[in-house]
Amino acid sequence: MCGIAGLHLLNPKLYPHLGELLGGMLHQAAGRGNDSAGVGLYAAPGAIPASQSTVCALDQTPADQAVKLISAAGPKPGDLTAANFGQTLVVTASSTAKDLADAVLAALPKAAIISRGHDLTVLKGTGQPSQLAQDWHLAERGGWQGVAHTRMATESAVTPGGSHPFSVGFDECLIHNGSFSNHESIRKRLSRAGLSFDSLNDTEVAARFVAHQLENGATSRQALTELIKTFDGFYTLLVSSARSFAVVRDAIACKPAIIAETPDLVAVASEYRYLAGLPGIASARIFEPDPEVIYLWERPLSPAQSATTSQLALSQN
Amino acid sequence: MTVRIDGPVGYYAAGMNQAAVVEITGHAGVGLAENMMSGLVHVTGSASQSAGATAHGGLLVIDGDAAARCGISMKGVSIVVGGNVGHMSAFMAQAGCLVICGDAGDGLGDSIYEAHIYVKGRTGQLGADCVEKPLRPEHISQLTELLTAAGRPEHPEEFRRYGSARQLYNFHVDHAFSY
Repeated sequence: MCGIAGLHLLNPKLYPHLGELLGGMLHQAAGRGNDSAGVGLYAAPGAIPASQSTVCALDQTPADQAVKLISAAGPKPGDLTAANFGQTLVVTASSTAKDLADAVLAALPKAAIISRGHDLTVLKGTGQPSQLAQDWHLAERGGWQGVAHTRMATESAVTPGGSHPFSVGFDECLIHNGSFSNHESIRKRLSRAGLSFDSLNDTEVAARFVAHQLENGATSRQALTELIKTFDGFYTLLVSSARSFAVVRDAIACKPAIIAETPDLVAVASEYRYLAGLPGIASARIFEPDPEVIYLWERPLSPAQSATTSQLALSQN
Repeated sequence: MTVRIDGPVGYYAAGMNQAAVVEITGHAGVGLAENMMSGLVHVTGSASQSAGATAHGGLLVIDGDAAARCGISMKGVSIVVGGNVGHMSAFMAQAGCLVICGDAGDGLGDSIYEAHIYVKGRTGQLGADCVEKPLRPEHISQLTELLTAAGRPEHPEEFRRYGSARQLYNFHVDHAFSY
């Protein structure tokens, strides 16, 4: 059993309150899983300079030491910063996300990279979700979109690396309530195609699958259509990127999901009570998503994001 | 006994209710009034999946929508939904009535036994062995009673009736030599 929460903000006035609103939802979601948790937060447009990248890693090296090690290893990213938030190390620099991730891994070989990109910060850890939210300073964080997950593990160990979100493509996140039944055969197929995995977790296979589809030119909708055709098992998935926010459920759709739409936001949750404190909820359009239907919200890329996307494309070639 | 709850409720609210009147001003989570035996449960908002599951009796009124599997395996309860119901509603419904004032999702009445389903809006793909049936005077009378009890403004003539084609739950004579 796991808890899912997500916010896709449409009204910029709410951007400064993203962490506070998502934190309230995470606190409620703790009832469905309190062994570990994670969030993925997308910075508000303009909040991060276009040339800057963010890489998050599971590593306990103190931030000042991490800066020295990363600067000394390989390419030296300009204006490098690092900060520890619980079990997560957040590194930023004026560099491509790929170069920065390579530099972090070269400097901290035991670190597990849990996100890389421009907009996205992923924070994960084991422990009580409410305590983790404090460690992450969640209530003080802004942004335009965020996802949160509380885990009661059924697949793979209770470790920070086994918690969600799984972010394996640039600025992409995938969180999951349920369990896949054919992930091992899909893992083998993707491995033969050259993909490598960080964990034994079934959700990571879905995240790799979606990232692989997107890298090969699929749209978010096409990638999720392929996921529905390929994956067997129980799932409610929340899949996000620098411009999109999507929900999809399996054919039986017994894993709970509820969506609220107002002129100011789209919110997704495992249970209504996570939504009860959101602004405008009394007049929201509230519904439970149908099975095997892709619910997708997208926004146009900002100029800064377009520049970053070009950079990312170049760095991947 | 009357229980009034002002605000949303979580899982299995009013489950196994017997005789009590339960009024919920807000939304309800999974398994509302599951296995209710008698009494009245009224939700002013919407209900999550499996509302009224396996319920034997009483009246369940949901002013908003009910999600998937509303009335699954119902055994005599009357359910009136003001809005839509999700997929696989009234799955293996054995007895009782499901009144849907809005639309019904796919798989309505799959493998249904002798429950009555009334739908005012659209239906998706009907479940196996579920068919539309004529709305006879006794059904108009039953609908009138249920809509009145639920405080609904709809007219009984606006509904269509669905029930079992009775092709699925009897052994087929062609299979007699398989045993």
